[in-house]
Amino acid sequence: MTEAVDFEILLRRALVPIEPPDELTQRLEDTLVELTELAADELESWELSTMRDPRNWMRPAAAVVVGGAAAAALVVVRVRRRHERRHSPPGVFGLAERALRDVAEEARRVALRDR
Amino acid sequence: MADATRTKAQLDEEFSELYRRHLRDVFSYAYYRVGNHHDAEDLTEQTFLQAYRHFERATRESEGRPLRPWLIRIAHNLAANFYRDRSRRPEAAMEDAGVISAPHDTESLVEGRDELARILAGVQELPDDRREALIMRFALGMDNREIARAMGRSDGATKVLIHRAIRQLEGKVEGYGDQRRSPKGGALGDGVTRSAGGS
Repeated sequence: MTEAVDFEILLRRALVPIEPPDELTQRLEDTLVELTELAADELESWELSTMRDPRNWMRPAAAVVVGGAAAAALVVVRVRRRHERRHSPPGVFGLAERALRDVAEEARRVALRDR
Repeated sequence: MADATRTKAQLDEEFSELYRRHLRDVFSYAYYRVGNHHDAEDLTEQTFLQAYRHFERATRESEGRPLRPWLIRIAHNLAANFYRDRSRRPEAAMEDAGVISAPHDTESLVEGRDELARILAGVQELPDDRREALIMRFALGMDNREIARAMGRSDGATKVLIHRAIRQLEGKVEGYGDQRRSPKGGALGDGVTRSAGGS
């Protein structure tokens, strides 16, 4: 029984969790931004004349939803990651102020990319 | 409309949380499945993109249960496609993740390095389902129920699977040790039968 437990301890030491590289997280977040851009492009390329037919309204509406969702998710992900990287707790007011500043900054970056 | 917007915002928040909490899990799973960083990164990226596409439905159908098994199942399916498309198995020369990443002092590093490397090599030789179960249990810290959901099995079958996987791996590692002690000593025994009455 003890041997089995020892072996499981060894297994746990061998199969340690692997930290994802920073390049991967950056790339993943960029891909979310690209999703936003794709959704925006889809809207831009949609001819207004097509919109006279109500049957065509669903597609651009979906593009807005997907784009908006990706952008919002990205903002939250980036802001949280930044907070995690700061080791010293700044206190409630400092954290709130920092969070507001970060959200505004990320929203601004996403909006600039969408132009 | 306002309700729909609020629900969407909530979903975004939940997806962000899922991503933040389980990025390491997905990457670890992918790494131990494919055996190298490059393919593990691709697999992780594809997993989260697919998860993002189906997140709303998964949230609805999960009825409040944790979504980690669902996420790992996506990675599992993608990994299966990865091997099918490229007709290959995990790379044997895994970059000794545990040996490199685990915090060891100098003495234990020297003593344990070989053993951990043998364990990693043994894991790579296990049948797919056993290898996956061990990765989920030990690298990701998932319990039997979570593993069962990720693998689409019953709790009981999963428990048996993990038990057999450990026994088989233990046999393999012992086999490697025997081989090292007597290089001309002949064939290795089958892991399962060797260790069946071991403890």
